[in-house]
Amino acid sequence: MKRRTLIAAAAALAMGGSAFAAGHEPLKVGFIYVGPIGDGGWTYEHDKGRLAVEAEFGDKVETVYQENVPEGADAERAMTQMALQGADLIFTTSFGYMDPTINVAAKFPDVKFEHATGYKRADNVSTYSARFYEGRAVQGIIAGHMTKTNKIGYIASFPIPEVIRGINSAYIHAKKVNPDVEFSIVWAFTWFDPAKEADAATALIEQGADVILQHTDSTAPQAAAESAGNVITFGQASDMSEYAPMPRVSSIIDDWAPYYIARTKAVMDGTWASVDTWDGIGAGMVGIGEISDAVPADVKAEAEALRDAIADGSYQPFTGPINKQDGSVWLAEGETADDGTLAGMDFYVEGLTGDIPQ
Amino acid sequence: MIHLVKRPQPSRAWSYATPVLAVLMTMVAGGAMFAALGKDPVEVIRTIFWDPLFGEFAFYFRGQLLVKAAPLILIAVGLSLGFKAGIWNIGAEGQYILGAICGAAVGLAFYPMEARWLIFPLMIIAGALGGWAWAMIPAILKTRFNTNEILVSLLLVYVAEQLLAKMALGALRNPDGAGFPGSRNLSQYASASNPELIAGSGMHWGVVAALIAVIFGYVLFARHMWGFQIRLTGESPRAARFGGVKPTRLVIFCLGVSGALAGLAGLFEVAGPAGQISIDFNVGYGFTAIIVAFLGRLHPVGILLAGLLMALTYIGGEAAASNLGLPSAAIQAFQGMLLFFLLAVDVLTNYSLRFGKGEVA
Repeated sequence: MKRRTLIAAAAALAMGGSAFAAGHEPLKVGFIYVGPIGDGGWTYEHDKGRLAVEAEFGDKVETVYQENVPEGADAERAMTQMALQGADLIFTTSFGYMDPTINVAAKFPDVKFEHATGYKRADNVSTYSARFYEGRAVQGIIAGHMTKTNKIGYIASFPIPEVIRGINSAYIHAKKVNPDVEFSIVWAFTWFDPAKEADAATALIEQGADVILQHTDSTAPQAAAESAGNVITFGQASDMSEYAPMPRVSSIIDDWAPYYIARTKAVMDGTWASVDTWDGIGAGMVGIGEISDAVPADVKAEAEALRDAIADGSYQPFTGPINKQDGSVWLAEGETADDGTLAGMDFYVEGLTGDIPQ
Repeated sequence: MIHLVKRPQPSRAWSYATPVLAVLMTMVAGGAMFAALGKDPVEVIRTIFWDPLFGEFAFYFRGQLLVKAAPLILIAVGLSLGFKAGIWNIGAEGQYILGAICGAAVGLAFYPMEARWLIFPLMIIAGALGGWAWAMIPAILKTRFNTNEILVSLLLVYVAEQLLAKMALGALRNPDGAGFPGSRNLSQYASASNPELIAGSGMHWGVVAALIAVIFGYVLFARHMWGFQIRLTGESPRAARFGGVKPTRLVIFCLGVSGALAGLAGLFEVAGPAGQISIDFNVGYGFTAIIVAFLGRLHPVGILLAGLLMALTYIGGEAAASNLGLPSAAIQAFQGMLLFFLLAVDVLTNYSLRFGKGEVA
């Protein structure tokens, strides 16, 4: 093949694209992962979604993936290479792939892209995310009841709205059941780095925390809590049930499978359109993992009631009165947060100490 | 029994042959690993070494090869100066980060003014100065207080990473970024971007700079007094001192040049392929360049080839991971094998093999 512009190549792919609609070849679905598929957390769950797509459609799809793709210039190449190889639909599953996804999508107008947790869309780029903060509310209730030292450690990844929402939601609900609770937050600046995550967990435990919440993807904090003893944790992104019943007492499970199946089906049917999806417990995108026997029955019942109230829409985790950290009013009595504010959340709520890194 | 006998002179023929031999041995051992993973070894090796250069989509990958190799070559040429003289700058990664921060900061300071003739050259100067200044810290500490430049330059990488996070979250953060960290995208700001000079070629100013650095490096060693002094210092520090080489000036020169080149690499990356200052902007070019420098035998042309080979294993490796479903760890192991074999067969350059009973000790 002679040197051509990418646009020409993309046009050729588009022709290939129309061929599959007639049932001549399988739909090719690509996945770009930020961690290894064996991380036991975030990427592991996305890969389960990929396998569910394969199980659902059988011979009608072919899936490809690339793991450990750094967020930045390398991601752009990984996506381009998938598009060149004939992918019809590409899921880019980390926030840092946002600009690369938009750039590559502009070069391949006939390939559909789905970017997780970002906010930039285009005609062939959808965004999707889950309302993890709903799960954090349930965690907060359990954590507030379970802590004896009243110190809760939180391993945060990057200071982006998604992570800040999680911290605020967990804190509000822990405080509700235990007014003396304090949060210590460590910013790890990584999504997946078992050594760093274990260090953070150990440091928090040494400072007296007996509950560790994590917004990073590996099971290392679970292992650190297990060896320390008498510390509880929650599975992050995946159930992490191998650490149940202690230290892992529950979990937030990301279930991407229904979404991935639906979007793949939409491409097959020719009904795919650019949308912004943000689903939570109610739609099943966020699941609460089995609450283990380490949690007293009444606490478990309270947590499950909260989960059900969020699921049926009768309760919104950010319901006033809530003040911002500086004491100013954010939500008045009974007022609930709108999605726009939540999507760009860059402040702590009242009572949290320390600053968001900036 | 096999004996190693030291050669009176390092073998010239072997110093050319060992890299090729190492690549071949890597293909055999790596192929065995891929076969053990249940993949067709020939197909994997072809995907890594052949397809990016001559395959169906080579028109794209050849350009990417340049994009990936340019920062490696630019940094490695700078490092090779010091390495030849026994001055060990291990912190190119930090100098790369500082170059990116300083260059991007200058570009962002002018946003949204349109004056490419002014802004882009200023960014280049700022990038080089940023890297240079970061390298001057270990240089001055070494010449003044005799500290170990290996430790100081390495530890400054971690300081630079913290500074990078601080910049992405604070001073250089995109005010229109919806609360997310990271600067504005420089590649979308015409006056500050480092675009492809010919669309689809991968050729950006960083590639041009890398080629110029190779030529300068070559001329320096072949013709210039500094090049001679560097070689002399590396080979015989005592003779160098008697010959009038001033160690202090040499340390400042070598660290300064390598820092400036690493800074330039960072600037061209942040304004081009990466596009923005983000918390995890750096992906290890500064460390990989150390390998490239030695792989290229500290010779500018060797470094050029080594940088391209390294880039090929990255790009081909990624393609293999994606197309053939290989775990990324297998690709890393494959790259590791390449370096291992290079070091292992290097022994043939300095030693010859003797077969038979141990009559020669």
